[in-house]
Amino acid sequence: MKKGEPDTIVNDSVGNSSQEPMINIENLNVAFGPLQVLKGLSLKLYKEENLVVLGKSGSGKSVLIKCIVQLLKPDSGTIEVLGSNVGSLNRKELGELRKKIGFLFQSGALYDSMTVRENLEFPLVRIRRKMSKKEVDDKIKEALENVGLADALNKMPSELSGGMRKRISLARTLVVDPLIMLYDEPTTGLDPVTSDEISELINLVQKKYKTSSIIITHDIECARNTANRILMLHDGEVHTEGTIENFEKSNDSLIKSFFK
Amino acid sequence: MKKIIPIAKVRGYATNKTIRLSDKTIEKSQLASIFFLDVGNMALFIARIFRETFSRNFEFKEFLRQCYEIGNKSLPLIAVTGAIMGVVLTIQSRPALASFGAVTMLPGMVAVSIVREIGPVITALICAGKVGSGMGAELGSMKVSEQIDAMEVSATSPFKFLVVTRVLAATLMLPILVIFADGFGIFGSWIGVNIKGDVNLVLFTSQAFGSIDFMDFIPALVKSYFFGAVIGIVGCYKGYNAGKGTESVGKAANSAVVLASLMVIIVDLIAVQITDMLA
Repeated sequence: MKKGEPDTIVNDSVGNSSQEPMINIENLNVAFGPLQVLKGLSLKLYKEENLVVLGKSGSGKSVLIKCIVQLLKPDSGTIEVLGSNVGSLNRKELGELRKKIGFLFQSGALYDSMTVRENLEFPLVRIRRKMSKKEVDDKIKEALENVGLADALNKMPSELSGGMRKRISLARTLVVDPLIMLYDEPTTGLDPVTSDEISELINLVQKKYKTSSIIITHDIECARNTANRILMLHDGEVHTEGTIENFEKSNDSLIKSFFK
Repeated sequence: MKKIIPIAKVRGYATNKTIRLSDKTIEKSQLASIFFLDVGNMALFIARIFRETFSRNFEFKEFLRQCYEIGNKSLPLIAVTGAIMGVVLTIQSRPALASFGAVTMLPGMVAVSIVREIGPVITALICAGKVGSGMGAELGSMKVSEQIDAMEVSATSPFKFLVVTRVLAATLMLPILVIFADGFGIFGSWIGVNIKGDVNLVLFTSQAFGSIDFMDFIPALVKSYFFGAVIGIVGCYKGYNAGKGTESVGKAANSAVVLASLMVIIVDLIAVQITDMLA
């Protein structure tokens, strides 16, 4: 290993490399003015796997998933989602692709002027315009039952706790049956018990909806509970990639500081 | 401190000439570029409003909700302000007219003033404060709390849902509020007249409306549509383009009020010139 090069755990059994990736990112560069946030980052997300992206605050984790849904435009590099190069899509094509991606925001991002029901209805009635009222009601009920909050239907977001807001936000993404889920710090600001519940929910979503997920976090317990594969970012670059066992056995000082 | 800026290329030819610019000049040129960038962005914003208004799947339910929010909830404030303006204008004008022995012209004069100028401008300025700041703050906080991003990634159009509906509702509701303000203003004037006299309401209104003709009412109504559009566009633009953090919500609301009020006055100036030319 060259001096200054990061310790990298390469494990061929990680991910199913024989499959066509759901997301394929190559040489992604993002800078905000003089600050280079992502430096030539590459990653693949395979079908029905949970990929946890670990890293310190400011390491570019959230920027990465915002680039995937084109909330941020990268300076260079390619992002292929379900075989489409997102950078070359027009507005309509991007809209079609976004229907297949669920995004759980760190804050939940519930529409605070709407009830829980209206929050869930909002994407559903606009994406599936031909659905009958009964089908919409059934879909909302099913999504709320899956996150264990069937009785919160008529509540306002301000009446919900932090954990409940995350669950409702997750239900809002699930009503449109996404193929890919992007979780931005799903357990941040939650107590350990609620964090574990959210992690279990992420696993449940993976099994029930057959989703492929990128989970951005710096919560090791969440990573332990949900990861099929872990990718650690440091200074905008992939520092390490491997399974949870690889990371726990690693002698790298940065990894140790997370897993102590 | 002077900075040396090399002129790298002039019409394609490389040159080693240099110019000297002070920090103040650089700062001013940066402010000018920010201003022109803002003007350009607002032009694109307005073009997008037109494009999305005539595209498919108009958010009619949200448009009606915004009409209710802007119209119904602003009405009490407009009514009280209009009535007070009527009273004040009457009390202030009475001595001047009395000195010419023209007190009988008071209802007509006040009615023309209210319908042509005071009603539309005062209503627009109140709405710039109430509605414009509300839009700036609401959209700004939605931007800060990632709600607009959440709409965007769920393959829906936040612009159509949040901006187009608000701008159209403000454009449609402001002339209606102006009519109410005019009505309450004339009623206030009747109260003002009766403080020092005894005039029948029917006689007062017949004198007031007898002095107003078609060309007093229509230009005022037309400019009210523009006032509404300006308030909606500025409020939404400032909110939709708010920066990060709670401070930007306050800034968005504040700058929405300031710019919308200024734009109302500028639109009024242009409208008066056009009306004068047509008359």
